[in-house]
Amino acid sequence: MSSPEFSAGEAPAEKVTEVTGTGIPVRGNDIDTDQIIPARFMKVVTFDGLGQFAFFDQRFDDEDNEKDHPFNEEKYRGANVLVVNANFGCGSSREHAPQALMRWGIDAVVGESFAEIFAGNCLALGIPTVTADQEAIEALQDYVEANPDADVDIDVAEETITYDDTVIDATVHDAQRKALVEGVWDTTALMGANAEAVRETARSLPYVPDEHVPEPAAGDGA
Amino acid sequence: MSEGTLYDKVWDRHKVTELPTGQDQLFVGLHLVHEVTSPQAFGMLKERDQEVAFPERTHATVDHIVPTGNRDRPYRDEAAESMMAELEENVRGSGIDFSDPDSGDQGIVHVIGPEQGLTQPGMTIVCGDSHTSTHGAFGALAFGIGTSQIRDVLATGCVAMEKQKVRRIEVTGELAEGVTAKDIILTIIGKLGTDGGVGHVYEYAGEAIEKLGMEGRMSICNMSIEGGARAGYVNPDETTYQWLKETDAFADDPEKFERLKPYWESVRTDEDAEYDDVVTIDGSAIEPTVTWGTTPGQTAGITEPIPDPEDLPEEDRDTARRAQKHMRVEPGDTMEGYDIDVAFLGSCTNARLKDLREAAAFVEGREVADDVRAMVVPGSQRVRDAAEAEGLDEIFKEAGFDWREPGCSMCLGMNDDQLVGDEASASSSNRNFVGRQGSKDGRTVLMSPIMVAAAAVTGEVTDVREMEEVATV
Repeated sequence: MSSPEFSAGEAPAEKVTEVTGTGIPVRGNDIDTDQIIPARFMKVVTFDGLGQFAFFDQRFDDEDNEKDHPFNEEKYRGANVLVVNANFGCGSSREHAPQALMRWGIDAVVGESFAEIFAGNCLALGIPTVTADQEAIEALQDYVEANPDADVDIDVAEETITYDDTVIDATVHDAQRKALVEGVWDTTALMGANAEAVRETARSLPYVPDEHVPEPAAGDGA
Repeated sequence: MSEGTLYDKVWDRHKVTELPTGQDQLFVGLHLVHEVTSPQAFGMLKERDQEVAFPERTHATVDHIVPTGNRDRPYRDEAAESMMAELEENVRGSGIDFSDPDSGDQGIVHVIGPEQGLTQPGMTIVCGDSHTSTHGAFGALAFGIGTSQIRDVLATGCVAMEKQKVRRIEVTGELAEGVTAKDIILTIIGKLGTDGGVGHVYEYAGEAIEKLGMEGRMSICNMSIEGGARAGYVNPDETTYQWLKETDAFADDPEKFERLKPYWESVRTDEDAEYDDVVTIDGSAIEPTVTWGTTPGQTAGITEPIPDPEDLPEEDRDTARRAQKHMRVEPGDTMEGYDIDVAFLGSCTNARLKDLREAAAFVEGREVADDVRAMVVPGSQRVRDAAEAEGLDEIFKEAGFDWREPGCSMCLGMNDDQLVGDEASASSSNRNFVGRQGSKDGRTVLMSPIMVAAAAVTGEVTDVREMEEVATV
């Protein structure tokens, strides 16, 4: 039996300072996570294989014939930078949504704005969610559409998106930037290192009975 | 920055430390678990050879995939059966209490927490489900999390979060006849937008909110996330305490109630609290409200015209155009008279005993329209049992409703309860996204339980106030 805690060094997350690759635009505001992955594909106990179901109902009709959608287009195959509009990822908290995008091949999402839970889920997978203003995003979508083979470079640390000879002044949320750039986005490891402080907080709450607070495990150095 | 709000106080009480990312590490007082978003988290825990840190602060149920008809095991749907089996193994192996269908306590996770008294004021509550905001109705800080965060909570009893802004939404005045909590929240989302709450927590206050029972407050907090706010809450008061007194947690332990009450009182927002933003809405002006589009922010009062996309802010036009095409509605029309094929009374927004009572009172002595498929899916086995004890099931069945077993059901169509083809539904649920109810051509109109009942009877979206007048003539 292992201790419920481990030190922050045990499961280091990789640093994500930069993402470079070709882009794929998915246009429209308020694209919810039911669109990104319909609920019927969540009847699974692992995230394996979800990539093929990304945007499924936008990509296929009832007879499984392909519809017009960037995720069906040959020219975007291999793209890893998804470019979206406002309030992307709203609705259900399903991590299946960013998992499906990641497993399709997406390494970064750039957009006008993101729903909070979606952005948090992306961070947990090491996927930056980078924002810029509407004009800059639409210009980038146009560029990517016309130049599907051209690289888009996202500098997470410097908060810029670079393509062609354009540099977009972008925003990466403070905590997200710090977590990605310093490689501290594995919050289980980070928080597990503070086990004694957690027990102390739990014991200070009048609604938590003492017997609900676990004893320090053997080898817990805290 | 806000100061002296319930949000600030509960946050401070649960803050363990500040993390190197600048986020705060918050202790989680109650972790609710269901079958869809948890298996991968338990899997990650096993991969890391870790155990559940606070099993007694964790509670599970099954709701999303569970059939609402024949529930004999193994379930006919193999995928559903395997998810259920996985959940059983995960929670039993970890010493987590499980409200399973054999317990008589099973139900939608946001219905069973409050009814068992697991949900209490001043707690931090998380669940891998965006409608966890529901529990804010009790003055808890409650929000949905993703699966990797579920792993965090299972392994450490904590979540990593940044503090958000607090917007007070004051709903003044008295609600008119036929207007319910659902109409308030649909109106709020319509006014502030589906992303208006991003970065904010909503504090609901004002006369119209204070006068609501706990069920109404839950309906409102439930849909905070539809307005982009990850959490919403109402300060605890006598209404809250009366509910709590009758739950499992306190019914036999009045001493525990008295011991905890000072804490609950202490986390109430101070009189002189400071907010980042305040919005006031005239509750007396709200009418029965429905959605006309494919986001919960595309709403109109039942007598109000559907807007012309050209009259909307530029960023909303494209979404509105697509929504109107999908729904087959025209600007200038009202939603009154919109034909429906299905009436769904259920979901974590509106499937509590009070919702069923109100709908049944309307339905009694009336009949479901010939071409309408109508169903009631109680929020929990306890709600079902209480409703049956009052004879509500008979009223619904006599009128032509299907009376089903508890679960999420047609709110998201993960079991057999789904729209077919381009069917239109009058639904008491929370999301009208394209494809949400199981058919990508399906059309959803969100409304209150009594409005669903009225639509079931007439076969079209109906102003319940007019029906009631007819009934009394």
